[in-house]
Amino acid sequence: MAPTDWLPARLRATRALTPDIRLLEIEPSSRAAPAPPGSHLGVAVMIGERPDTRSYSLIDSGVDGVYRIAVKRLPDSRGGSAYMHGLEPGARLSISGPRNHFGLTLGRPGYLLVAGGIGITPLHAMALALHQAGAPFRLLYAARTRQDLALADSLQARIGDRLEVFLDEEKRRIDLAGAIADLAPGAEAYICGPFGMMEAARRAWAEAGRPPQGLRFETFGTGGRHAAEPFTVRIPRLSREIEVPRNQTMLEALEAAGIGMIHDCRRGECGLCTVKILEADGTVDHRDVFFSEAQKATNAQLCTCVSRVVGGGITIDTADRAG
Amino acid sequence: MSDKGFPLNAWYAAAWDHEIGRALTPRRICDKDVVLYRRTDGAVAALEDACWHRLMPLSLGHLRGDQVMCGYHGLVFDATGRCTFMPAQETINPSACVRAFPAVERYRLIWLWMGDPALADPDLVPDFHWNSDAPWVGEGGTFYSLKCNYRLVIDNLMDLTHETYVHAGSIGDDAITRSPFEVTHTDTCVTVERWMENIEPPPFWARNLGKPGHHVDRWQIIRFEAPTVVAGDVGVAITGTGARQGDRSQGVNGFFLAAITPETATSCHYFWNFVRSWRTDDEELTKSLNRAHVNDGKGVYDQDHDVLEAQQRAIDRQPRQPFYNLNIDAGSLWAHRLIDGMIARESPSETRTSETKPVGVAAE
Repeated sequence: MAPTDWLPARLRATRALTPDIRLLEIEPSSRAAPAPPGSHLGVAVMIGERPDTRSYSLIDSGVDGVYRIAVKRLPDSRGGSAYMHGLEPGARLSISGPRNHFGLTLGRPGYLLVAGGIGITPLHAMALALHQAGAPFRLLYAARTRQDLALADSLQARIGDRLEVFLDEEKRRIDLAGAIADLAPGAEAYICGPFGMMEAARRAWAEAGRPPQGLRFETFGTGGRHAAEPFTVRIPRLSREIEVPRNQTMLEALEAAGIGMIHDCRRGECGLCTVKILEADGTVDHRDVFFSEAQKATNAQLCTCVSRVVGGGITIDTADRAG
Repeated sequence: MSDKGFPLNAWYAAAWDHEIGRALTPRRICDKDVVLYRRTDGAVAALEDACWHRLMPLSLGHLRGDQVMCGYHGLVFDATGRCTFMPAQETINPSACVRAFPAVERYRLIWLWMGDPALADPDLVPDFHWNSDAPWVGEGGTFYSLKCNYRLVIDNLMDLTHETYVHAGSIGDDAITRSPFEVTHTDTCVTVERWMENIEPPPFWARNLGKPGHHVDRWQIIRFEAPTVVAGDVGVAITGTGARQGDRSQGVNGFFLAAITPETATSCHYFWNFVRSWRTDDEELTKSLNRAHVNDGKGVYDQDHDVLEAQQRAIDRQPRQPFYNLNIDAGSLWAHRLIDGMIARESPSETRTSETKPVGVAAE
């Protein structure tokens, strides 16, 4: 992984956007360059006594030298969101980036932006940029209840009825197939939301016969079809049995147990940390975007950096042939 | 010489329009490797010339339709830079892309925007219309990878006293160094205007005016448009026929055109042309002006080329900062100021000097 250049920063202000989403304004110690839409900021966090990093999408370009992120406090948190919610204004932070794995391509004939819950953050920045560029776009934003909508009012004030809100409590669901069908040829879609929404979008996009590269999304690997729970990994060849705690990835647990692993993206994209599944007692919650749906259905392999097992354990083989 | 780099939020000439076809053409611009090609619909695409995977130059790959296939492992990128194929997997890593640079074809050149694509407004392409519009006729060329910082070329063009020494015997003479000049500027342009009245025309102009025995009024009105385009209105007319007042009918008039594109800190691409409004149907004259400017061994542009590269070599060997300046450098110093203003406006007010690791946090 690329070396990270850390920059000291200060938490300038915080504000509750919803009962569990907090806006954080982060001021770097030296004036920072604006970041293109889709960029995320790396933040050094402490998980208990352990230092770690988390990535958060910027909600605007930071053109005024202040980076704004919105963090949702997750009950399933591996600790990052709890840490971020515990920070007080004035707190000193270390940040890296911004970096961009979710770049917005300008000049397309149309855009569909789809946000689910806290997934609004990168799409908020994209909507502002597209609005400023005068590009044709729709932003479809789904949340559970009205009080879970973050940034919607201020966004509506700026982009008007290009923002359309869909609330579970009102039984309104996004019609992905319809929205995709309405798009001009060559248009692009940008999705950020829960795993199920991204899967549905990928399916609808493929069924519409559109080129896969036109559907853009970013994976943080933080959610799957099932809630995270602890599980056991058995490696018969190495005579090992390893417990994966709820707040640790399988990759981290394997490495902590001394199993040699290679990996790169830690987002379920690159496929380097995959292992062979010999037997699964439980359900494999494939949270990666590396394997195709057909490959996931065969359950032959999994990406250990993001995927998990629920309702049982798993028996795998790794690349180690030393013994 | 100020050496604060170059602005990125600007249109830079990357190629003549006729040079870009279906072949993958590599070019280094503003310290970035770019590959240029023409799509099947005729539009020009410009991608970062380095595969996302292992940085293999895409220009060494192949064009498949409008997409570029890396010649190493077969990754494919479309004209917007999106990856559309990855080997040995059924999906595509969503992070995979190469940078696509906005491209505009105008005034017979292909212009690229090297900075923030959201700011790439085609209306900001520098005015270079003399290169394509009647009555102007001429065939130019390019010094690719000219081994000098791009500002040295601007300095060269913004002060033509050098003609007296570098181009003696063609367009240079003592009248240039004897005549006063005026420098004016706006927020985006600098103009250096010099009139040499009632003089013997230098050989090049005497030949093209074709009126032996007459004295002439000669003009040089050089217009710099930030960051790197120069258009010089030059010519002679029979003395006293009102050229300075606007009637150039008793003279001959041309423009020297320069679009200069930084390649690296010490090299640039110099797109040049000399267009004229006399004997515009005379193709032999067009060819001879083209040749005389570069190809016969000691044409005007060759002479500049020698000076510019020698100057850069001297700077590299014995950097003495800054240069000493003379009053004749006013035009180039205003040009530098406009360029530096563009650079300052697009970069953070402070550079990131302190890169500190957080206490107790390991780097990734």
